[in-house]
Amino acid sequence: MKFTLSWLKKHLDTDEPLDVLVDKLTMIGLEVESVEDRGKALASFTIAHVISAEQHPNADRLRVCMVETGTGAPVQVVCGAPNARTGMKGVFSPPGTFIPGKAMTLSVGTIRGVESHGMLCSGAELQISEDHEGIIELPEDAPVGARYAEWAKLDDPVIEIGLTPNRPDCAGVHGIARDLFAADMGTFKDPAIKPVKGGFPCPVSVKLDFGDTPSLCPAFALRLVRGVRNGPSPDWLQRELMAIGLRPINRLVDITNFITFDRARPLHVFDAAKVRGNLTVRRARDGETLLALDGKTYALDPTMCVIADDEGVESLAGIMGGETTGCSETTTDVLIESALWDDINIALTGRKLGVSSDARYRFERGVDPAFTVPGLELATRMVLDLCGGKPSDIVVAGEVPSPDRMIDFPLDMLSRLAGLNARPTEVKRVLMRLGFHVTGQGKTLKVAVPSWRPDVHGKADLVEELVRILGVDRVPLTPFERGDSGRKAVLTPIQQRTRKAKRALAARGLTEAVTWSFVARKEAELFGGGAPELVLANPIAAELSDMRPSLVPGLAAAAQRNADRGFPDVALFEVGQVFKGDRPEDQLIAAGGVRRALARPFGAGRHWSSNAKSVDAFDAKADALAVLAAAGAPVLALQVVSGGPAWLHPGRSGTIQIGPQNVIGHFGEVHPRTLDALDLEGPLVAFEVILDRIPEHRAKATRAKPPLELSPFQPVTRDFAFIVDRAVNANDVVHAAHRAEHKLIAGVDVFDVYEGTGIDPDKKSIAIAVTLQPREKTLTDEEIEAVAQKIIAEVSKRTGGTLRG
Amino acid sequence: MTDLDTLEQDILAAVTAATDEAALEQVRVAALGKKGSVSALLATLGKMTPEERREQGPLINGLKDRVGTALAARRQTLKDLALDERLNTETVDVTLPLPESPAERGRIHPISQVIDELTAIFADMGFAVAEGPDIETDDYNFTRLNFPEGHAARDMHDTFFFPEKPDGSSMLLRTHTSPVQVRTMLSQAPPIRVICPGRTYRCDSDQTHTPMFHQVEGLVIDKGSHLGHLKWILAEFCKAFFEVDDVKMRFRPSFFPFTEPSLEVDIQCRRDKGEIRFGEGEDWLEILGCGMVHPNVLRNCGLDPEEYQGFAWGLGIDRIAMLKYGMPDLRAFFEADMRWLSYYGFRPLDFPTLAGGLSG
Repeated sequence: MKFTLSWLKKHLDTDEPLDVLVDKLTMIGLEVESVEDRGKALASFTIAHVISAEQHPNADRLRVCMVETGTGAPVQVVCGAPNARTGMKGVFSPPGTFIPGKAMTLSVGTIRGVESHGMLCSGAELQISEDHEGIIELPEDAPVGARYAEWAKLDDPVIEIGLTPNRPDCAGVHGIARDLFAADMGTFKDPAIKPVKGGFPCPVSVKLDFGDTPSLCPAFALRLVRGVRNGPSPDWLQRELMAIGLRPINRLVDITNFITFDRARPLHVFDAAKVRGNLTVRRARDGETLLALDGKTYALDPTMCVIADDEGVESLAGIMGGETTGCSETTTDVLIESALWDDINIALTGRKLGVSSDARYRFERGVDPAFTVPGLELATRMVLDLCGGKPSDIVVAGEVPSPDRMIDFPLDMLSRLAGLNARPTEVKRVLMRLGFHVTGQGKTLKVAVPSWRPDVHGKADLVEELVRILGVDRVPLTPFERGDSGRKAVLTPIQQRTRKAKRALAARGLTEAVTWSFVARKEAELFGGGAPELVLANPIAAELSDMRPSLVPGLAAAAQRNADRGFPDVALFEVGQVFKGDRPEDQLIAAGGVRRALARPFGAGRHWSSNAKSVDAFDAKADALAVLAAAGAPVLALQVVSGGPAWLHPGRSGTIQIGPQNVIGHFGEVHPRTLDALDLEGPLVAFEVILDRIPEHRAKATRAKPPLELSPFQPVTRDFAFIVDRAVNANDVVHAAHRAEHKLIAGVDVFDVYEGTGIDPDKKSIAIAVTLQPREKTLTDEEIEAVAQKIIAEVSKRTGGTLRG
Repeated sequence: MTDLDTLEQDILAAVTAATDEAALEQVRVAALGKKGSVSALLATLGKMTPEERREQGPLINGLKDRVGTALAARRQTLKDLALDERLNTETVDVTLPLPESPAERGRIHPISQVIDELTAIFADMGFAVAEGPDIETDDYNFTRLNFPEGHAARDMHDTFFFPEKPDGSSMLLRTHTSPVQVRTMLSQAPPIRVICPGRTYRCDSDQTHTPMFHQVEGLVIDKGSHLGHLKWILAEFCKAFFEVDDVKMRFRPSFFPFTEPSLEVDIQCRRDKGEIRFGEGEDWLEILGCGMVHPNVLRNCGLDPEEYQGFAWGLGIDRIAMLKYGMPDLRAFFEADMRWLSYYGFRPLDFPTLAGGLSG
C-alpha cells in the first residue's frame, strides 16, 4: 500500500515531520517498507537560466554555457545536450551534487580544455523520467534559483507500507490517518459524506441470481450519471496516482482508482452506452470468457462470480472489469458500481485465474460493508465535480450487512495479557479514536466494533489495539521464572540418541549432511518406498517427488556430486526422518551414512603410511555399530547376520538385529545394480540404522554402578586354528568356542582368516585366541588342556570345523 | 718392574685395544679364563708357603680385581659405542605428514549445532524439547491454528499436499512447526514450556527460499505469562545466542492468525561488507515472529482462554545460523558440498554449552 505525504495530510492535520510519522507507522503495526523522498534526493537541483550557449572551441557536440543560478555570479557549464541554447530555462546542479541517474557525485571538471562548474540535467539524470536525449526545459516563468523539485511538486514523499492481511481498513489512506490520529500524530479529518440526490430513477436494474447456490454478493449498489464529459484528469489527481505508480487513464477511471486508495473502497464504472439491458450478478457458466481491462482473456467457471448484461459477462466481480464496457474519453453516460463480495470467493477466483488487482487486494481482505453506499455517493460527487452530468437514484440489490459486534472488555485484561498498565481514560481514548464505540463504567467496558474492523472479535483483539497504539515499548521486560521443576534432562530418549549419534559419526570422520526429505520416484522405489500416500501431489521438481524411505539415496547422490566436483573420497552421514507411511508413527529417525572410494575411517585418500585400500563393508559395519553404541543400544544383544535389503550387495552386506523381529539396520556394499540405476560410481558402502528401534533402557533408581570385580588370578590365552567350510560364519566359531565353558571364557578374538594355498578351495581357516579368566584359583595345565578339548569339540559340533594341523 | 706389573700392563693394554665384544672376550679368557694368565697365577697361591701367600695373595687378587673392573668398563664402553652406531642408522623423517584423525576430519552440520545451542539456552530457562511429524493434517497445520478457510497458505502454490484420501482429506507437509504447539497442548496439561525445532516445507525455491527449511517454535502456556515475559525471554535468548552483552531489539505489532496480539522482532545490527555485527550499528534486521496465543487456538486445543494464556514464537533456524556464522546462501545448507560442510561445519567435540560459551 503506497501513498504520498500530501495525500495523508488530506485526512490528517499534522505538523509531525516525515521521519516521526514513518517511525510511528511502523511501531503501530503499519510497517513502512520504503520512503521515497524525492524532495530530499533532489534538494540541490535548482532552476537556472542559460544566459548564453556558445560552441565549444574544441568539440563539435559540446556547448559552453553561462548559467545564472540565482546565487552569485553566472557559472560556466559545458553541456553536451543538443537542446542547450541561449535563453532557455533548465535544471542546474552545482559541483558536489549526487546525481541519482548516474549514481555519481558531480565535481568541477575540465572538458576538452574548458572548465565546467556544474551540470544542466536531463530527466533521466534526476530519475524522474526516461528522457536522456536532452536537458529538461522549463517554461519562461520558472523562478531562477528555486528548488526544482519543490517548484515541480516532485517533493512529495511516497510512503509504502507492508499491510498485514488483518487490516483492510488501512488499504485506504483514510484508515491509515485514523490509526495515526489514535497514536497522537495529529487530527483526523473525517467529515460526513453528503448524499447526492438523484434526479431520476436508475434505468438499469440489478438482479442477484445465484439460484440455489450460496450467494457470492451480499449487496450491489448502482447509479447512472448522464451527460458526463470524460477526459484527462486534473493535474493534482494525475500526480497523486502517478506518485503511487498508477497510470492515469481518464477522469472516470481515475476517480475509481483514487477512491480505491483513498477509502479502501473499490468501485467499477461501466460505459452505459455499451451495456445491453440490465445487469445480473451470478456465477459464471462453463465456457464463458472475459476480455478483461488488462487485455487478457480469462476462461471462467461456476466457482467464479461475474456481472453480466444481456450480451454476457461484462465484469469479473470484485477483481477486474471487462474491456467492452470500459469507460473511454467518449463516454457520456456512466454506471457506477459499489458492491460487496464474498472475500473467500474473491481470493480463490483471483488465485485460480492468476489475476491481481487493487480491487481483489481489498475485497479478499474485507471491505467496509457500511461504506458501500457512502462510497458510491463519494464517487458520484467526484464525477459531478470533474465531469459534470446528472445522477440517477441509487438502486441497491441485496442488503448491506451490518454485523453488530459488542465486546465486554475487562480493563485488567491489558495487564493480564500484555503486562501493560494504562489508565482507564487512556484505554477509552485510544479505542474511541480508532472508531470503537465505548460505553460502561467501572472494571468492564462495553466496546462496539466499527464496521471497517472485521479483524476484531474479542478481548485479545482489543488488547492488541491498545498495545500497538500505546506502544509495545511500554510493556516492561519481565523476568520469567523457570519454576521449581528439577534440573532433569529436557531431551526425550530419541532426542538424546539423535544428538549422540551425530557426534559419534562425526568423530569417525564422517561429515554431516542435511539432504532433502524428498527423493526421486526411482530412488524411493529402490530403497523400499514409493507408497502412493507418500507421493507429493505438487512436488516442486520431478526429482523431489516422494518422501524418502531411507537416508541412503540422498547421501549417495550427494557423495557422487562431490566426486563429480573432484572430491572422490567422501564420507557423509545424516541423522533424520525417514517415512514408512503417512501416520506420525510411520516417521522414524534413522542414522545413515555412506563412504566412497578411499574414504576409510583412519585416513581418507592415498597416504604414504598405508596402502590405498578402498572402503569395504566392514567400514560400514564399524560405523553402524559405533552409532548404535553411542545411541545407547545394548551392544551385547546385537546380532549381525548375513545379507540385507535388495539395494545392498547380497554377499557383502549384513543386517543388525535384536532377534529377527527387531531389525535395527543394515550395512554393506551398495549393490552394483543400485549404483547403475542411480548413475553412481563405486566403490560405495553404506549403512542405515533406525534409532527408534533401539530398546529403551529401564530407568534406574541410582546412577551408581555395581562394584567392579577384579580377579587376582592371571588370565591365560590359547590359540586355535580351525578349518571350516567357506560358508561358515566366523561368528558361529566364536559363539561355539564361547559356549564350551562360558563361565571361564572371558573373550574370543578372531586373529586370522585365511583362504588359499595349502587349504581346500571350498574351505577357509579361522584362527581364534581364547582368553580364560580363572576366578577361584590358578588353572593347572591339565585343566587348561581339558577346556581346550571342549572348545575343539564344541566348534567341531557346531560348525563342522577341524583343528588345523 | 715386577712380572706382575708387566702382566697387568699387557692385559690392560689388550683390554683397551679390544674394539668389539668378541675381542674383549678373548682378552677376558686369556686373563681370567680357566687357562688364563691371571687364573694361572691364582693357582700358584695354593702351592706357596703361608709367608709367600701373605705377600703374593693381595698382589695377585688385586691384579685380578683391576683386570675385572677394566673389562667391565670396557664392555660398557663398547656396548655404548655399538648402540650409538646402531642408533645412527635408525632415523625416520619426522616431517612426513600424518593422516588427519577422524575426529579432526568429521563435521557437524551448522543446523545441528544451532539446534544444540538453542537447546542449551532454553533448557537453562526450564524449557523441554517437543517434536511432531513432518506429515501433518490440515486440521493441525491450519484449522486449529485459526487459519481462515481460503487463506493463501492453504493453496497448492504454498503448501505441499499428498493425494486426496477417500474421505476427501489430504495430508500435507507442515508449513511451520506450529502444529507441534497444537500437539503439545492436546497431550500435555499446563504449565507448558517447550521449544519445537524441526523441518518445515513450503513450495518455494529461489535465492533466499528452499522447499525445505528449519524452524524452532517456542510455547509457554500457564495462567499468567504475558507479553512482558515474552519480551524478556526473547531478549535473553538473543543475548545468549549471539553471545553479546546486549542486543537492542524492536518489537513491532504485526499479524499472524494464531497469535493475538502479534509482534515481529527486529534486532539492531551493523552491516559492513557482508559481515553482520549485533549489539551495534543502526540497521534493523527482522529475526522472528511472536505473540500471545490466540484464544481460538487455545479453545481449539481444549484449553479455556478465560483460565489459560501464554505466548509463542517462531524463528528460522537456518536464518539465525546464517546470521550468526555468516553463511551467505541458504541453498548451500542442503547441497552437501564437502567444501562448504568442512568450512562451515563444526568439529564433533565442539559441543555447545552455556558453561563453556556456545561457540566455545
